[in-house]
Amino acid sequence: MERIGPWLQRSWDRRAAGNFIAGGSGSGLAIVAALDAFWSGDPKPAAFAVAASLIALGLLLVWFEIGRPWRFLHVFFHPQTSWMTREATLAPLFLLALAAAAWSGPSTGSGWALAALAAFLAFAFLYSQARILRAAQGIPAWREGALVPLFLATGFAEGAGLFLALFALSAAIPFTGGPFTGGPFAGGPFAGGPFVAGLALAAILAREIAWRAYRRSLAHRGAPKGALEALKAIDLPVLFLGTLAPFFLIAAALAFPRAAGLLALAGGVLAVLAGWLIKAVVVTRAAFTQGFALPHLSRLAPAAGGKSARPGWS
Amino acid sequence: MTRWVMVADLDRCVGCQTCTAACKEANGTPPGEQWRRVLDMEVGEYPDVRRAFVPVGCMHCDDPPCMAVCPSTATRRRADGIVTIDYDLCIGCGYCILACPYGARYKSEHPRFAYGGGPTEAERKRFDARRLGVATKCTFCVDRVDAGTEAGLTPGVDPEASPVCVNSCIAAALHFGDIDDPQSNVSALLSGNRHFRMHEALGTGPRLYYLWH
Repeated sequence: MERIGPWLQRSWDRRAAGNFIAGGSGSGLAIVAALDAFWSGDPKPAAFAVAASLIALGLLLVWFEIGRPWRFLHVFFHPQTSWMTREATLAPLFLLALAAAAWSGPSTGSGWALAALAAFLAFAFLYSQARILRAAQGIPAWREGALVPLFLATGFAEGAGLFLALFALSAAIPFTGGPFTGGPFAGGPFAGGPFVAGLALAAILAREIAWRAYRRSLAHRGAPKGALEALKAIDLPVLFLGTLAPFFLIAAALAFPRAAGLLALAGGVLAVLAGWLIKAVVVTRAAFTQGFALPHLSRLAPAAGGKSARPGWS
Repeated sequence: MTRWVMVADLDRCVGCQTCTAACKEANGTPPGEQWRRVLDMEVGEYPDVRRAFVPVGCMHCDDPPCMAVCPSTATRRRADGIVTIDYDLCIGCGYCILACPYGARYKSEHPRFAYGGGPTEAERKRFDARRLGVATKCTFCVDRVDAGTEAGLTPGVDPEASPVCVNSCIAAALHFGDIDDPQSNVSALLSGNRHFRMHEALGTGPRLYYLWH
């Protein structure tokens, strides 16, 4: 079958989507965990450990996708212009900063400085992921500039949601100890719970705004019909299950401390899943190519009046 | 300075796909990979509908997005504008395939042959294991261009120094030459005819020009 109009790319599959999902959630979690640590003065090593594991998992998934996996060191060769190189470089730097922060401990100034550095590197990693897609000029749904704030916002929303879910869950398991002490709103050692809940609410709202802006901008500029349809198909789930439900559940957790754990868990999980859904669809189902077009038709088809032929576009 | 470009005359192209076949034969690309192909496009609306045959492939862009995104520096652009891939550097991440707005890049993980299991004699001769798991695309027949230039021939004029798709074209619709040389075949064609390039708005500076009269 000859390809003329846009076709769905098959070069990056679920493994690549998995990198954006795991890496985005992991870097968002690292940033939120760092903000919580600075706010509460009580760093949660488990949150950082989960964040690091997620980022490593994402890169492992990419490793499984590349055609020549044993040449993986070549990925570091082009930091001048390649956001993939930058992403790959930032990951080990983040892990190193995190390890150094853990080694220094929370009682030292250098430990806090290294934690701040790790959070900054996590943000840079998240930003690089968004720019990776933005630089793919062959995919109109990715090169749209509004995708960058969407990926940043959902990274924060997923990170905050994951943080709440993790600690709500740990509080519900009586035998967990060590880093998993305390529930999100139970007072005691987890003084940053309401702060993180506030962050989550802001990030969920920001994501909804960024999602609408992205879809609006894409439709305004023109995009392959298949891409617009794929995004439209998840609009209601994103609105109801990814924005309204987690927003009210987390807000309710703040209002009803007795049920805070369960409400925060449910809200956090929904906030995370919505972000994963958005990324999975953007990477695998809305990723239609540019296709081919003829800009001038006055001779080829006089009745077209000089309009361009752009099959498969809105 | 030399800058190689290709010119396709849409009024001359008859869509015979001889260039496609010649490219496949010369480069030994597997089934499904066509570094040069000719689109059969339908334009206009009933009752004024026309067919347009549009040769496409790597546009060897002035500002190739595939090169900017490549994490390994496998994709490079020579001084004469030909965009190349170093098969020994490429990690096969596929990022360049997604960055190319012209659908010109391919990646094959496993050997594939036209008639099922084993290769034909021609496929066996041209099989290159270095091209498995990495990005591939039209090279503007860079080996022919380089060897011909070294031998004192003029690419685009002398067939031995020209891309095989250009040589094979039965309608003289495809032309190859140096756009920086005002006396060249392609400069004459572009100065004497209206022309456009695919997806110019993207700013990639494609160097396959289409003539339309």
